[in-house]
Amino acid sequence: MTLDEIRARLLAGIPGSQVEMVVNGSPSEQNSLLVDRQHGLKAALLLRDQIQLDYCSNVTAVDWPDREKTDKVKTKQIVDGVEKEIEQTIKTMVPGYLEVVYHLFSMVKKTGPVVLRMRTANRTDDVALPSLTPVWRSAEFQEREAFDLFGIVFEGHPDLRRILMWEGFTDHPMRKDYVPPPEDELELLGEQ
Amino acid sequence: MTPAAEDLMEISMGPQHPSTHGVFRMDVRLDGERVLRLKPVFGYLHRNHEKIAEAASYLAAIPYTDRLDYLCSMTNNWGYALAVEKLAGITVPERAEYIRVIVAELTRLQNHAGMVGFLLQDMGASGTPLMYAFREREKVLDLFESLSGARMMCNYMRFGGVRVDCSAEWLGQAAKLVGGFSGFLDEFEQLLTGNEILMARTQGVGVLPRELAISAGVTGPGLRASGVNYDLRKVDRYGVYDRFQFRVPLGEHGDVFDRYMMRVLEIRESLKILEQALRDIPLGPIMDPNARLRGLRPKVGEAYARIESPKGELGFYLISDGSPNPYRYRVRPPSLINLTVLEDMCLGQNIADVVVILGSIDIVMGEVDR
Repeated sequence: MTLDEIRARLLAGIPGSQVEMVVNGSPSEQNSLLVDRQHGLKAALLLRDQIQLDYCSNVTAVDWPDREKTDKVKTKQIVDGVEKEIEQTIKTMVPGYLEVVYHLFSMVKKTGPVVLRMRTANRTDDVALPSLTPVWRSAEFQEREAFDLFGIVFEGHPDLRRILMWEGFTDHPMRKDYVPPPEDELELLGEQ
Repeated sequence: MTPAAEDLMEISMGPQHPSTHGVFRMDVRLDGERVLRLKPVFGYLHRNHEKIAEAASYLAAIPYTDRLDYLCSMTNNWGYALAVEKLAGITVPERAEYIRVIVAELTRLQNHAGMVGFLLQDMGASGTPLMYAFREREKVLDLFESLSGARMMCNYMRFGGVRVDCSAEWLGQAAKLVGGFSGFLDEFEQLLTGNEILMARTQGVGVLPRELAISAGVTGPGLRASGVNYDLRKVDRYGVYDRFQFRVPLGEHGDVFDRYMMRVLEIRESLKILEQALRDIPLGPIMDPNARLRGLRPKVGEAYARIESPKGELGFYLISDGSPNPYRYRVRPPSLINLTVLEDMCLGQNIADVVVILGSIDIVMGEVDR
């Protein structure tokens, strides 16, 4: 089953869902499916039960901070009665988001990977995504890790706690803009 | 009858407990000796391996992968090299593929032998089995040392091949080791497999049902002990594994005994692969002449590659943004994910069995905590 067919199945099976194909430019040719977060859980259930992707191998997150996009736009303006083409650079802010990536395989059919992605609305206050641990148990510790190191809140996770950093630690070290505290302070943090 | 709360005991096993194979803690709630709840606590060895690798170049990350599962640096190297090769479209010469198979299977021999030794040590067979296993492991490490210069932190593979070629003499020594290994294994099995105490301690203990094993992403010998035929050497056929004749041993009961037997049987299959690889290895280059080690800048994109490491599916997920270091570097650690079902396997068992069940999963904390 190709990724296009899986996408069609998802769109047909879950009314109102948005499933986008994310093309991967590397020679690995592992394209992925981007599912909107409202329908993430339903999509996962469909993938497991109907397409027999019974094994969720890898769960991880990626941080995409806000970035500045520069576009060069040519406009025609009349300067001193003469029409001239003027090039303008327009800078736009592309808002950042956190992305979670699931690598799914089928142990029955021995196929895969099907890459499933979901994105949060932003990186600050709206960072919730549905947990897929009820669908694949293997996501349990890995989603905890994504919560711990990236700060993604998985709704419906049975036991969402920090896993690698200690309780009481507040930041998320795998984010691109993370600044570690000075070493002496870090020691104090560990004692708290 | 549910016991009153004051009769229950909360015990923190670890992080320095000798049976936890490193700094690992389990918070256990007990009714007498029976386990009612078990929560693993991680992170004592956490160093944010992924962030370190994201700050380094593609080449500079290879020595760090040695330190994940520090008993199996060769397979860690391979998993990472495979991911970069997929990401950048690098091919590997045939001789290098054969060398990779040889060192990976040697790694499997010493890992499984060590695992059985530690398991017996945990059961109270103090000394002898572990010393026997380590005697054999030492021979493998001697081979690694003469090949790569290091016993454990081999730093041997590169994307596009391997770092140094192996001599005919080295291949001869490897063949000698492989020829003698089954003798050790026969002796080992004679001591252990039919042993009444071992059977009593392991059969029916820590049963992992097939469905749960699949759902929880358990991989490697632990999965196959539950009867699921899923070995990446057969499924993905990465490298040159499609050229060798070998079988995938499967268990029936999914208990500790089956997981022990999987290791023993897998060693025998690895010996078969090694015999064929050492016989068929061709001459030729060991590095892809077009592979660029320093200053590699793969095209924008991503790749996930996985191999059958001795502990299970070891995966590497890389995202490139076109710069000299990976934008995202992720390790899928089999040791951590195999621990997902530790509580399920231990519930209702005795506290002494927890040690054996943990030993049968085969974890290394360098990989769990990263």
